Amino acid sequence: MATGAPAILVRDLRKAYGEHEAVRGIDFDVAPGEVFGLLGPNGAGKTTTVEILEGYRARDAGIVSVLGHDPQQRPRALRARVGIVLQSTGMYRHIRVREAIAHWGGFYAHPRDVDEVLEIAGLTEKAGAMARTLSGGQMRRLDFALALVGDPELIFLDEPTTGFDPAARRAAWDAIRSLQDLGKTVVLTTHYLDEAQALCDRVAIVKEGRILEMGPPAALGAGASRYRVVWRDERGLLHERELEDPTALLHQLTSAALARGDGLRDISVTRPSLEDVYLELTAEKAVGRD
Amino acid sequence: MTETLALTWRQYRLERRLFWRNPTAAFFNFFLPLLFLALFGAIFSSNQNDLDVIVPGIAGLAVMSTTFSALAHNLVFLREQGVLKRMRGTPLPGTAYLGGILANAVTNAAVQIALIVLAGRLFFGVGWPEDWLELAVFVVAGVGCLAALGIAYAHVIPNFDAAPAYVNIVFLPVIFISGVFYDVENAPQFLRDIAQALPLTHVINGLSGAMVTGAGLQHHLSDLLVVALWAAAGAFFAVRGFSWDQRRS
Repeated sequence: MATGAPAILVRDLRKAYGEHEAVRGIDFDVAPGEVFGLLGPNGAGKTTTVEILEGYRARDAGIVSVLGHDPQQRPRALRARVGIVLQSTGMYRHIRVREAIAHWGGFYAHPRDVDEVLEIAGLTEKAGAMARTLSGGQMRRLDFALALVGDPELIFLDEPTTGFDPAARRAAWDAIRSLQDLGKTVVLTTHYLDEAQALCDRVAIVKEGRILEMGPPAALGAGASRYRVVWRDERGLLHERELEDPTALLHQLTSAALARGDGLRDISVTRPSLEDVYLELTAEKAVGRD
Repeated sequence: MTETLALTWRQYRLERRLFWRNPTAAFFNFFLPLLFLALFGAIFSSNQNDLDVIVPGIAGLAVMSTTFSALAHNLVFLREQGVLKRMRGTPLPGTAYLGGILANAVTNAAVQIALIVLAGRLFFGVGWPEDWLELAVFVVAGVGCLAALGIAYAHVIPNFDAAPAYVNIVFLPVIFISGVFYDVENAPQFLRDIAQALPLTHVINGLSGAMVTGAGLQHHLSDLLVVALWAAAGAFFAVRGFSWDQRRS
């Protein structure tokens, strides 16, 4: 992570649609070169937050800075440095893939080479195809290509793999990792935990317009961090125990087994996954609120 | 400024290429007015007075279908598809984008007018336009006015499924009332009153003056004024109400 000014700074961001408060006071920073994820269920306020950062929506209150600009003013200098992959994937029906990428490149002062973008997006073979003939996965790759062609510093991805089959998801993940390798700052929203875990340097878990927890996926829920030890005893019964420090238990189990001249069967030591933390957090808070 | 112009030009060229690849758009915006001209020309072929009405009338219809109908239709489609929103996220200036699609509509209108003038001269006994300047003035005024109204009207249309109904509920009555197919002087008084309030009537008056009677621009200044008023209202609502994004329902 580079030092200095954050790529994105958000303080006490608020946005309501009529009576409904979609975003209720969100704070976070994103460092240059970081992949930052907003993770949460549908309707959590992820898209509203991202669309405010992208300049599509006006906020009700709070401070937002994106690459040193206020996105609400929609300065052209900012739009030139940002690439956006929206949730919806609409496109002219009668445009060819290469033609679309070349046309979009023309909006920017220093576009990337069209062939290179086709390559990164995995669309080289589809370069001559009409947009309306592309599959959902291919259309999403075109979305990536159009967001990349201007060689932006910061890329927003709103639910980049929703509706994908597993192979297409893996391909999309590779594309997002390649963005990171290029040194881009990435902000993505997702309701897939594995996606957040696989891609993000840091994740904010969002629910009902608030951030419940934020940190690297591996460290999330670290406050309640514990190990889960599962093993089978000499009578074949399965045991499970959760504890802060498994050292003593493991020592006891291994020495008992050695003393019996037996092996330890079916032993596993796991940390709670992001999924466990996420489900616990979202369920707990939901109950606590009502 | 020069950069915005260059981007407008690029957008215009893209719109031109895409236009011909879409058979539906090419048919409705291009061949339909010519088809009407051929049919009504054949029906009224025995009466030069009728032909003198129908040729400028079809020219007015062409201006309206290539601008008002086409823009309302296309913008609703592009808005619903999310293309407008996608454009909005790029550094492309909004003026360059709108300029590009406007220039595309103007080109369609200009080509149609040229074909109608040519057909009028060759097949329907209408001479070359009497007043080229007046023709140019009323084509430009009509295109600007009806294009602005089409962009403004796109804002009213809730979704693409509804677009044909919304467009035709305006387009069809307007072309009948405004005297595309007959001389408005023969219509009942209340229809004539309505017609006098509509912009297309005055566009057709001006086109008729330019193409047939040769009355001269100075006799059609009130027509130009009405068109200009509608254009101003259309431009106001086009800019004010323009939505890049499909409304959330």
